[in-house]
Amino acid sequence: MTLPETLSRRAMLMKLGLLFNGVVALALAVPILRYVLSPILRSRKTSYTDWLTVGSIDQFPAGQTRLATFRNPDVSQWDGKTADSACWVRRINENAFQVFAINCAHLGCPVRWFPQSGLFMCPCHGGVYYEDGSRASGPPERGLFEYPYKIEDGKLFIKGGELPTPGNPTALITIKGKLPCA
Amino acid sequence: MRLIQNIAAWFDARLQLGAPMRETLEHRVPRDTASWFYVFGSAALTVFALQVVTGILLALVYVPTAGEAWNSLQTLNHSIAFGWYIRALHGWGSNFMVAIVLIHMVQVFLFGAYKFPRELTWIVGVFLLLMTLGMAFSGQVLRFDQDAFWGIGIGASISSRVPVIGPWAVHLLLGGPIIAGATLSRFFALHVFVIPGLLIAFVSLHLLMVLKLGINEWPMPGRIVRKATYEKQYHELTEKDGVPFVPGAIYKDIFFSACILLALMLVAAYFGPFGPSGRPDPTIIQTVPRPDYFFLWIYALLSLLPPQMETPALLIGPVIVILALLLLPFIFGEGEKSWHRRPVAVLSILLIAVALGTFTSLADHAPWSPVMDAWSGDPIPPQYLQHRTALERQGALIFQLKQCRNCHSLGNEGGKRGPALDSVALIQTEDQLIRQVIQGGGNMPAYGKNLSPPEVTALVAFLRTLHPPNQTPAHNASRAVDNEVAPTPTSGKPE
Repeated sequence: MTLPETLSRRAMLMKLGLLFNGVVALALAVPILRYVLSPILRSRKTSYTDWLTVGSIDQFPAGQTRLATFRNPDVSQWDGKTADSACWVRRINENAFQVFAINCAHLGCPVRWFPQSGLFMCPCHGGVYYEDGSRASGPPERGLFEYPYKIEDGKLFIKGGELPTPGNPTALITIKGKLPCA
Repeated sequence: MRLIQNIAAWFDARLQLGAPMRETLEHRVPRDTASWFYVFGSAALTVFALQVVTGILLALVYVPTAGEAWNSLQTLNHSIAFGWYIRALHGWGSNFMVAIVLIHMVQVFLFGAYKFPRELTWIVGVFLLLMTLGMAFSGQVLRFDQDAFWGIGIGASISSRVPVIGPWAVHLLLGGPIIAGATLSRFFALHVFVIPGLLIAFVSLHLLMVLKLGINEWPMPGRIVRKATYEKQYHELTEKDGVPFVPGAIYKDIFFSACILLALMLVAAYFGPFGPSGRPDPTIIQTVPRPDYFFLWIYALLSLLPPQMETPALLIGPVIVILALLLLPFIFGEGEKSWHRRPVAVLSILLIAVALGTFTSLADHAPWSPVMDAWSGDPIPPQYLQHRTALERQGALIFQLKQCRNCHSLGNEGGKRGPALDSVALIQTEDQLIRQVIQGGGNMPAYGKNLSPPEVTALVAFLRTLHPPNQTPAHNASRAVDNEVAPTPTSGKPE
């Protein structure tokens, strides 16, 4: 194979220079991309999937639904009050609970519990849910999001470290590795 | 004077910018374009410049952390001389900017300015509109109050619906699994570095093309744009009937820009800064988040679309709109420019304006939202309680206590989510009312589990009294023999 006659020494050097720059750019792009994508590519194990407590189960009388607040497991010092979250805890009987995310399953506004009518109502677009979190009316396509919970030593623990959204309703899927939809 | 001239000459010998600048300023434009219709682009640029200046001024004090942003806005509002005014200028400047960009866009659309050879100018303009809206949204986030906090939640919920990559998009948008410090920091970077940088680059391109291709001439009915002949015709027009841009056309731009700035200053001084509303504390749920003015129509749309339409509309709608705007100059790159000969163009603008206006005004009173405190705050009008039996009054009590009022109004007070019930007895028979209350339906929750049979009886007895005087409530004709639902003489509103 012969080189075309037009490829002079200088043009060749320029192309080599560009190629060299391309390699450097690629090497530079790796840490930059890794940095930008760090919220979704977690190499260090982050704590946001940890169990966190919303307090003793005694503060939730059976048959009632109460607001509980908790501090997120994965916080930085400058988060201020946004590191706190709230959830609705419904104690069905002695050992059965339902822990609902505060966020409406429509677009995430905070729903309010009305014990008299046994309904959750959303102030934004008018989503309404029954006391068991199932959809009653309005724009939501599904019931309220539920956090996984467990009881240990008389305390209620939940996995509430992630904002539940309609596209990610199960909350706390493992982002790394597996497709949530697959 | 001589000294100034010497200094200027010294600089020009080195910079050599004098001649090209003079050439740019004195380039000839068609005489008709020295018009008050051609001032919106320069006004948008003026407001953008003001946004840059006030933005830098705010950044002198603003603290872009989730924990302190809200406090630093309080400091700006209350503790620093004219801090409130700079905030007001920046906030209202944002509204002015969106409005002027939209008006500018309508004007160039109606004047056919997107046609050959200015297709790329239009396309860059479409990106400028998107960036302006991006600035408006990210600016609202930086205000970091309750509205901003839940507004990001809405943004996250929308992004999460993108197929496959949704969950990743949310984490990328929020900078983590929840709305917290990282979220505000990245919106700060977007609002202060990324989008403004792109805006400046795109505005420069936009302006460069206006200069290179010439301002769009005033459209005349019958003067058809053809790719083969347009540039020659335009050149002749500017030669024969042109004026130098400075001062022939620019004086109107200058006057209008000054008027816009003055109006902005007055509005900012009169109405003051936007918020901040309550602290961005996710545990405070007694909040009714509302978007800023230019996003109200989306808020209305999201409430009124049928649930199953929503995700497709949210994800496909913007793509279609943006594609339509980008393809417009390629599909209609030639032909008539004058709005006199483009009825579809004029009607499209009217339709879009009416639709956006309607949605915005609907969102202003949000009839789809339950009124969260109507059950405890709005009493039942007294005339609905006079001359009633004990059972009916008990029903009225249940009506309030079970939050029916949050969605149903009486005497025009209460929620508008469901129908007003002032004359519900005319429409539904007793059996229908009982069924509706117990089973719900038609967007109403079922109350069967939360009302005991006596409560339902009392509630329906009250609802049966809700009809105008002298009009008998609806009754089931097939059961009239049993006299079950014969209207009682005490029912109805007393005169």
